[in-house]
Amino acid sequence: MRMKRIYVDEKWCLGCHLCEYNCAFSNSAETDMVKALKDVPINPRIRIEEAGNIHFAVSCRHCEEPLCMKGCIMGALSVEDGVIMIDQEKCVGCCTCILMCPYGAIMPSDTGVMQKCELCINNAGGKPACVEGCPNRAIVFEER
Amino acid sequence: MAINFLYPDYEVVRDQTKCIACRVCERQCANGVHMLDETLNLMKSDDAKCVNCHRCVSLCPTRALKIVKTDHTFKENANWTGETIKEVYRQAATGGVLLSSMGNPKPYPVYWDKLLINASQVTNPSIDPLREPMETRVYLGKKPGAIQRDQNGEIICNLTPQLELDVPVMFSAMSYGSISYNAHESLARAARALNTLYNTGEGGLHEDFYEYSANTIVQVASGRFGVHKDYLNAGAAIEIKMGQGAKPGIGGHLPGQKIVGDVSRTRMIPEGSDAISPAPHHDIYSIEDLRQLVYSLKEATDYQKPVIVKIAAVHNVAAIASGVARSGADIIAIDGFRGGTGAAPTRIRDNVGIPIELALASVDQRLRDEGIRNNVSIVVGGSIRNSADVVKAVALGADAVYIATGALLALGCHLCRSCQAGKCNWGIATQEPELVKRLNPDIGSERLVNLIHAWQHEIKEMMGGMGINSIEALKGNRLMLRGIGLNEKELGILGVKYAGE
Amino acid sequence: MRYVIIGNSAAAVGCIEGIRQHDKENELLLIAEEPYHTYSRPAISYLLAGETTKERMKYRADGFYRKMGCTTLLGKTAAGIDAAKKRVLLEDGEAVAYEKLLIATGSRPFIPNIEGLNSVEKKYTFMSLQDAEALDSALKADSRVLIMGAGLIGLKCAEGIAHKVRQIDVVDLADRILPSILEPEAAALVQRHIEREGIRFHLSDGVTSFDRNTAVLSSEKKLSFDVLVIAVGVRPNVEIAEKAGIEVKKGIVTDASCQTSRQDIYAAGDCTESHDITTDTDRPLALLPNAYMQGECAGVNMAGGSKSYDKAMPMNAIGFFGLHMITAGSYAGERFVHREGESYKLLVRRDGVLKGFVLIGDVARAGIYTALIRERTPLESIDYELIKQKPQLMAFSRTERMKKLGGAEK
Repeated sequence: MRMKRIYVDEKWCLGCHLCEYNCAFSNSAETDMVKALKDVPINPRIRIEEAGNIHFAVSCRHCEEPLCMKGCIMGALSVEDGVIMIDQEKCVGCCTCILMCPYGAIMPSDTGVMQKCELCINNAGGKPACVEGCPNRAIVFEER
Repeated sequence: MAINFLYPDYEVVRDQTKCIACRVCERQCANGVHMLDETLNLMKSDDAKCVNCHRCVSLCPTRALKIVKTDHTFKENANWTGETIKEVYRQAATGGVLLSSMGNPKPYPVYWDKLLINASQVTNPSIDPLREPMETRVYLGKKPGAIQRDQNGEIICNLTPQLELDVPVMFSAMSYGSISYNAHESLARAARALNTLYNTGEGGLHEDFYEYSANTIVQVASGRFGVHKDYLNAGAAIEIKMGQGAKPGIGGHLPGQKIVGDVSRTRMIPEGSDAISPAPHHDIYSIEDLRQLVYSLKEATDYQKPVIVKIAAVHNVAAIASGVARSGADIIAIDGFRGGTGAAPTRIRDNVGIPIELALASVDQRLRDEGIRNNVSIVVGGSIRNSADVVKAVALGADAVYIATGALLALGCHLCRSCQAGKCNWGIATQEPELVKRLNPDIGSERLVNLIHAWQHEIKEMMGGMGINSIEALKGNRLMLRGIGLNEKELGILGVKYAGE
Repeated sequence: MRYVIIGNSAAAVGCIEGIRQHDKENELLLIAEEPYHTYSRPAISYLLAGETTKERMKYRADGFYRKMGCTTLLGKTAAGIDAAKKRVLLEDGEAVAYEKLLIATGSRPFIPNIEGLNSVEKKYTFMSLQDAEALDSALKADSRVLIMGAGLIGLKCAEGIAHKVRQIDVVDLADRILPSILEPEAAALVQRHIEREGIRFHLSDGVTSFDRNTAVLSSEKKLSFDVLVIAVGVRPNVEIAEKAGIEVKKGIVTDASCQTSRQDIYAAGDCTESHDITTDTDRPLALLPNAYMQGECAGVNMAGGSKSYDKAMPMNAIGFFGLHMITAGSYAGERFVHREGESYKLLVRRDGVLKGFVLIGDVARAGIYTALIRERTPLESIDYELIKQKPQLMAFSRTERMKKLGGAEK
């Protein structure tokens, strides 16, 4: 499906980790970043991998063949207009999606059920916060 | 350990109630100012390492940081200022020549700010640039003194090569080596998008950037680094650098540790060797010698490229320019004493040379007086800060201007004046790959284009206000300027009347 | 054109969604024995544990069938298939015509033939919602429960009911718990964790006979219990296929398009055999993800699309009392083992590719390992030493990462 996706270009990733903090903030219920994140260990849906001078962010690719969704034992994962969404009410935290996802882009939330990038469509006005906050356009949201 | 006489110039002020310890400041500071105290989960800062480049301030997601100038003070006076005292301490500790970067920061008069621009009222209507065509295009190069016709009365087209610019602003010379690959790419891409030119400086031209040749000025300087036939032909014009406003009369020195990889290849010198540009060109001791080089370069490029001779604004600039105008050069570039540099001895930067405004006015006048103004175009640089400076420069007689510091600011430079350290946190004046990557040319070129577009709009507004619809009609039109706070001598050199006259 | 599906679990849902990717028009009919909206069978242990509800364990949202344009015949049993006339015969005598048929009849618990089993009053299996509800109603706070089978089903059942009963004993003939997915060392680690919850294991031991509320083990131990759960394995429901003359081995045999030996009859899920790419053998892989993907593959092909089910392998994500584990593939080959506290990792390499892994405790990003197996990625093309430490995309080449993350052309 042709849709906007998050793409990462490690050439420009600085490893500043702002995407992780913007993600955590965007997915918190707070409107103030300090209130949301001060003295709180973050558990973002986008994660930086780094080694030496190489850095890049990994978040859900919203695959056309979403193995996580196909494997989910609860039917908690679904595709809505190309966006893979998780119903955290349904999820029981069995980790089958972790077993299935080839990118390692789905992980437990603080409550034990799974969380994943949903492109901020339910927060921050539909613009992924990691993209908006990336200082070097290493993360972009576009149709390719 | 020796006593440290110096107190840090800046203090990092962190609002701990806002700091979320995300460590972006720590990760982004190449100077190692910030660190996390893991046991306290508190970010700390070492003020002594801070150069006040604002990288941390700009990236802090909660605006928890600011940098302030320390109010720690010496017992200073008007003569022995804190800065002066510190410099003595520094030299007493090291025995070295003080190095600085960017332009002369001393409070010499800024003549741009003492010149005011005219506007039309009643008798000569102003023009609305949103409704009327407004021309900012200029052509740089030698202009014929008279039209020649053949026996059939047809015009003989014998115009020497010209540079066509959509806007009279070019990016002046900054070498690959002094600035990064990504900074060069940003400048090159912006120059193409704007239909203007950028300048390689004397570091040669990276093979990746040959594709921007129509928007490239290739420089030949005293070190002759990276100069070969293909390089000369790769540019739209060739610039011979005789001098630089930030350090007139002296050469350059790019330390060996910056001569790595592509920089070494592009400069055509071994990795790790210092790139020393001599103070003079050792083959130029007269205008006649200069003429030989000008024509050598023209010969090498089949007379297809205009040749620019760049000189620093110094005491005798008018006479020097007169000589240059007779050397066969098509364009004279004059660099004022506030022009930037990647590194210069502080004393030179702060004490040598003259203001570009005075240099420009006197050169333009001298060439007119000698009837050779049309031999050359005049380009001026050295702290052109905004569109009003451009308008004033053109009214004083310039055909176009060079900007560099302004362009670097657009790329993110915060004028911390630490280029010589090679640890530019903004990815501009550095060759360290993890710092270079901080400047994404997609963003950099976009910001440069934005800046020049904004200036172009403003130039048109000001021209319209004066009732002028073509930048050519503003050139040398000193009646459009009035002086303020200037003495008779200054007014005389600038060739402008006092405000109210 | 009419599609008919027998079954209503993961494979059936996969098939419906597969068909509708390609054919939004034609008639779709689903026949299922159970009278429920499709629900997640593996969820029943979570239901008993109070971690989900009957509403939340619906495998697809209400309105799913309507949205998919699927007519349902719930509570109807398919008794036979007349492949020549292309009809499914229902137990009540009706016949349903099909043009493309999916058999997704699943599996059923295996009930061993043990002396005295009939004398046990409260005995249950643990596979369906009905099973779970029946078991739940039999449990009391002071119940002693005997579970036969220390496999995935038996232990999930134990976890689900542990908080409700006084005592749980688990008996298994194997020398370790979870014998199908864990080797002895890892099994011992998990066993210790489960034992901490008060559950007792009797391994390398089996029930030889029952006498009402007492089980006699082969070790001659006697165990008293109030409730018996039988979880010693499952058997594929292949009878309807067999009767129709479809080839059946350990399960219904299908090709890569999930078609059986009879034209226009497809099969998917626990009732079929899959080709395990990690052992190159054919056997039932009774796992929900495989069932869904088989069903989807069948659906796509039934509707005229083209898809292959050719990357199957055993794989499990399961957890007991907060200890998660993820396993996949087979374990014969060059081994890399790493232990740290309650975390355990096994990676198995054979023929230059990853063939299997076990992660216990720290299961983060395990799918990166699964993908190495599934895609048969040559380990020499990645930094195996790095990926051994933890699953990470850093171990791939820059070019490969650009494909994965940067949208570069595959």
